[in-house]
Amino acid sequence: MLQLRNITKRFGGVLANDQIAITVEPGTIHAIVGENGAGKSTAMRIAYGFYTADSGEILIDGHIRRIQRPHDAIALGIGMVHQHFMLVDTMTVAENIILGAETGTPASLDLDEATARIRKLTDDFNLAVDPRALVEDLSVGQQQRVELLKALYRDARLLILDEPTAVLTPQEVEEFFAILRGMRQQGKTIVIITHKLAEVLAVSDAVTVMRDGRVVGRVKTKDTTAAELARLMVGREVLLRVEKTPAKPGAATLSVRNLTVTPAIADLSFDVRAGEIVGVAGVEGNGQRELIEAIAGLIDPAQVSGDISLDGAPIAGLSARDRRERGMAHIPEDRHRRGLLLEFGLDENAILGVHYRPPVTYGVFVNDREVQRRTAGIIQRFDVRPPNPALPARALSGGNQQKLIIGREFELRPRLLLVAQPTRGVDIGAIEFIHRKLVELRDAGCAVLLVSAELEEVMSLADRLLVIHKGRIAGEVDPQMASAAEVGMLMTGGH
Amino acid sequence: MADLFTVSLIWSTIRLSTPLILAALGGLFSERSGVINIALEGMMLAGAFTAAAMTYATGNPWVGLLTAIGAGAGVAAIHAVACIRYRADQVVVGTAINILMIGLPGFLSGAFFLSSGSTPQLPIEQLIPLAPIVMAFAFVPLTWYALYRTPFGLRLRAVGDNPEAADAAGIDVAKIRYTGVLLSGALAAMGGAYLSTGQSSLFTRNMTSGRGFIALAALIFGKWKPTQTLLACLFFGFTEALTIQMQGVVKLPSGEDIPVQFIQMVPYVLTIIVLAGFIGHSRAPAALGVPYAKER
Amino acid sequence: MNLLFPVIAVAAAFLVGSVFVLLIGDNPIETYWLLIGSALWWPDGIGYTLFLATPLIFTGLAVAVAFRAGLLNIGAEGQLYVAAFATAWVGIVLANVPATVLVPLCFAAAIAAGATWGAIPGLLKARFGSHEVINTIMMNFIAVALVSYFTQYHYRTPGDPILQSAPISANAYIPRVGELIPGFPERIPLNLAFILALVACVLVYVLLWKTKWGYELRATGSNPSAAEYGGISVRRQIVLAMAISGGLAGMVGINEVLGYRHRYYDGFSDNYGFTGIAVALLGRNHPVGVILAALLFAILTRGGIPVDAFTQNVTKDIVQILQATIILFVAAEALFRKPFQRWLTSSPSR
Repeated sequence: MLQLRNITKRFGGVLANDQIAITVEPGTIHAIVGENGAGKSTAMRIAYGFYTADSGEILIDGHIRRIQRPHDAIALGIGMVHQHFMLVDTMTVAENIILGAETGTPASLDLDEATARIRKLTDDFNLAVDPRALVEDLSVGQQQRVELLKALYRDARLLILDEPTAVLTPQEVEEFFAILRGMRQQGKTIVIITHKLAEVLAVSDAVTVMRDGRVVGRVKTKDTTAAELARLMVGREVLLRVEKTPAKPGAATLSVRNLTVTPAIADLSFDVRAGEIVGVAGVEGNGQRELIEAIAGLIDPAQVSGDISLDGAPIAGLSARDRRERGMAHIPEDRHRRGLLLEFGLDENAILGVHYRPPVTYGVFVNDREVQRRTAGIIQRFDVRPPNPALPARALSGGNQQKLIIGREFELRPRLLLVAQPTRGVDIGAIEFIHRKLVELRDAGCAVLLVSAELEEVMSLADRLLVIHKGRIAGEVDPQMASAAEVGMLMTGGH
Repeated sequence: MADLFTVSLIWSTIRLSTPLILAALGGLFSERSGVINIALEGMMLAGAFTAAAMTYATGNPWVGLLTAIGAGAGVAAIHAVACIRYRADQVVVGTAINILMIGLPGFLSGAFFLSSGSTPQLPIEQLIPLAPIVMAFAFVPLTWYALYRTPFGLRLRAVGDNPEAADAAGIDVAKIRYTGVLLSGALAAMGGAYLSTGQSSLFTRNMTSGRGFIALAALIFGKWKPTQTLLACLFFGFTEALTIQMQGVVKLPSGEDIPVQFIQMVPYVLTIIVLAGFIGHSRAPAALGVPYAKER
Repeated sequence: MNLLFPVIAVAAAFLVGSVFVLLIGDNPIETYWLLIGSALWWPDGIGYTLFLATPLIFTGLAVAVAFRAGLLNIGAEGQLYVAAFATAWVGIVLANVPATVLVPLCFAAAIAAGATWGAIPGLLKARFGSHEVINTIMMNFIAVALVSYFTQYHYRTPGDPILQSAPISANAYIPRVGELIPGFPERIPLNLAFILALVACVLVYVLLWKTKWGYELRATGSNPSAAEYGGISVRRQIVLAMAISGGLAGMVGINEVLGYRHRYYDGFSDNYGFTGIAVALLGRNHPVGVILAALLFAILTRGGIPVDAFTQNVTKDIVQILQATIILFVAAEALFRKPFQRWLTSSPSR
């Protein structure tokens, strides 16, 4: 039904797709797997017309087609649901669905007819959602259904789904698979882009594996295993668990009591002891970001109540700077927004947070020699590439940017490290490095609070695991003993 | 005091609000599509100058109005190309246009009318004092309808809130934004044309005196919605009418007139207060001011 | 590459300007020759050009510093008016104070008045989030009205038909270059304030790139979220940056009142505040660039007068047209980047 032949695409100096060949049979669920940066999203975005390939052909139902913009793809019966939803929050479900395919005349929208059609679709495919609701009032799962409806409304025969389960709990994932199987039964063809191998094995009929911009494997799902797929994805044996010795925790470094952040968190209490990693698992959007930022001092005090103490001393009233001075370090979840001054050089980024006091300063002046010394040290110890301190931070890859930030925070020799999504958008070599460094820091006596949406990561790194759901702690488990299913239950608020 | 609140005050309010309404509605189309328009002032000046000059040249104020709309759209086109095609900083571009309109009318009037910035005075039969008022008020419900009941309005709102979503839905983001900005130029120029060929009878240098910015403040005050923007414009118009009425009537305790400079200050102080009070609670189009760039 | 674009922008603007000149029937070459030539003649041309550059350096620095903090200060015009009045006021009211005290006091008055007038929109943004562009423009109108009121009703010499203040005490004068350098005519108003402007450039450079305060200001402008994460108080930076910006703009008053007219003259500013925006943009928000851009615009202004007088139809409004075009081209530098890169990377042997 869909065939990509010899597709090549270059972005600047990066070869994102190198002579890709993918074949999707009609009426199947086809998975495309690979790591971050493997090129799978790029390939599908080319099929959808978001990008144009530098060379190669796209064939739909055996005929070569020119797809230069989403409009063309939609006309050919292709629909795409992106990883980050493309919805207009302030408009209703119906308005979002008909956007670009409006019914009625140019002088007058006909919302009633559209709503009727939508209701039929929600019934046919079991996608319960109210067409008159505002998108911003919907849950993430419901918003995803709106995205699916958008494609179905335009009579899509092929649906491309980019990382569809990233934002779902394990239970929602099961419901989602049921919907997919229903669609397959109705004759739709589905392509899922994902890096979650368990899900691939559960729901797909065929798999294409990509690595570093090339297709490295094509198999039928029933003929393969997770280990084989992982090996194809990475090119070598993959360490699925971080190696670490048991923790030797000391006294509580961080104490949180009755922390409330309106409206995201309610009455949270827990400790993090020196020399241990406490993980926080949960579906994104359940208060993790607010938790970390409240402890770091980045949320307006008017919204925060409760007690936070560091080494026994209360810090809830202190500014972010004061908390840092007491030994708190923070690796933010959004490194571009929070963690870096992208236009500035690596050197000026390396001093962010300590730029105002000795030894970085000499009186009111910045001591350039010390800045360079510090930067060189971080670059060397954390393998930041390219190792040029004058380079603007935006020139670095995601993994290297993250290593710079981690190096900068570790340089503080913190007593408490807050870290959120440490390996998001980072290539696998850097991931192993970062994990190792976090464990080293723990062993040196630091208390680490780790938030991650990657269940595998947080379960393998944490010594204790808290599960957060709707702003409360749903439970605490021992990550060595608990299963993913158990944790998944807690993530949805079950027991 | 009672003789302040007369019919003449209401009529003054309506007259003084008219240019604000036109400019603010223009700003609405541009900003709802995601393009900041600081240059309403400059577009109004373009309209004011063109209307006065062309009415003088042809003797027909309707020609003046039409050419003014064209001039406004032309100036808006510069803004649109710089901001949309070349993704320049929208506030900087707007400021440049305003500076351009400080000099360009003067330049042209120096050349054609041998004056230091004004156009010749127009006789009363060549003015259109009423039609623009009717148009301004009629455009409010029209704008509401266009925005909420037509496909164009739906797409415009989508482009201003989430251009990526609109693009993914197959909509030409640039084209919608161009339309929004050109409309803003046309409408603002109409407001300016009313100033020079309706409210008064000639163009003088910088005659808008900040009305374009007040219109923008009214738009923000009105939360980028047509009806509320109308109310905000009426509010500003009312204040201006009131202070003019007060001049010479309301006296200081000593019996002297209030110095004219304090009367002049009122609309500007008011704008600051309004902005401070309302900006935090209003919600701009989410993608306002962010150039849309997609990798191809 | 970065340095070439302003040059290209200026060249392109001149091209556009000549289209305008041609349209109204004059000769662009003759116009431009008048424009530039008259500005560089010794001593009057250069003297007046440097004198006119002085306020532009101040406002250019003002806008540049604000830009570096992520703010657009359109209010330099209002800031310089209140500052000029304030410095005149001190010079009038404290007439008998000896010069060694009065001059520094007048300096301080100008800077403090400008800084306060800039800090107000800064506070409004920090506290309420209201955009500094509209607020500074409003403050311009308010400043002009306020200062005009004080001049007209309280500080005019009785019987003086011109809207200007009484003269300041001679103790507040700062010397003209002609008084210091033999051979340079004293009639040219170029004064010590020009040196002050150059000193201000050095100080701004040191502040922004060598001190921790400058780091915090630039970080706030580059990425307020990251600055906040790094412990910087973004609100404080906004107010501080606007205050510094206003203070720099306020120094125009020193040039105008203490060094030139020795009184406050209503409406003395020839769009210095708005030109400062063009100067800052063209000068890439860097002190060295500001000096060069200020000189360029001073040349244009100085040359505008003979252009007005000696050409048939061109008025000195051409200066505003050139300014606006320069800003547009600098802002839309993407316009030049692609064709320029293609030109650079195309191989000639093909």
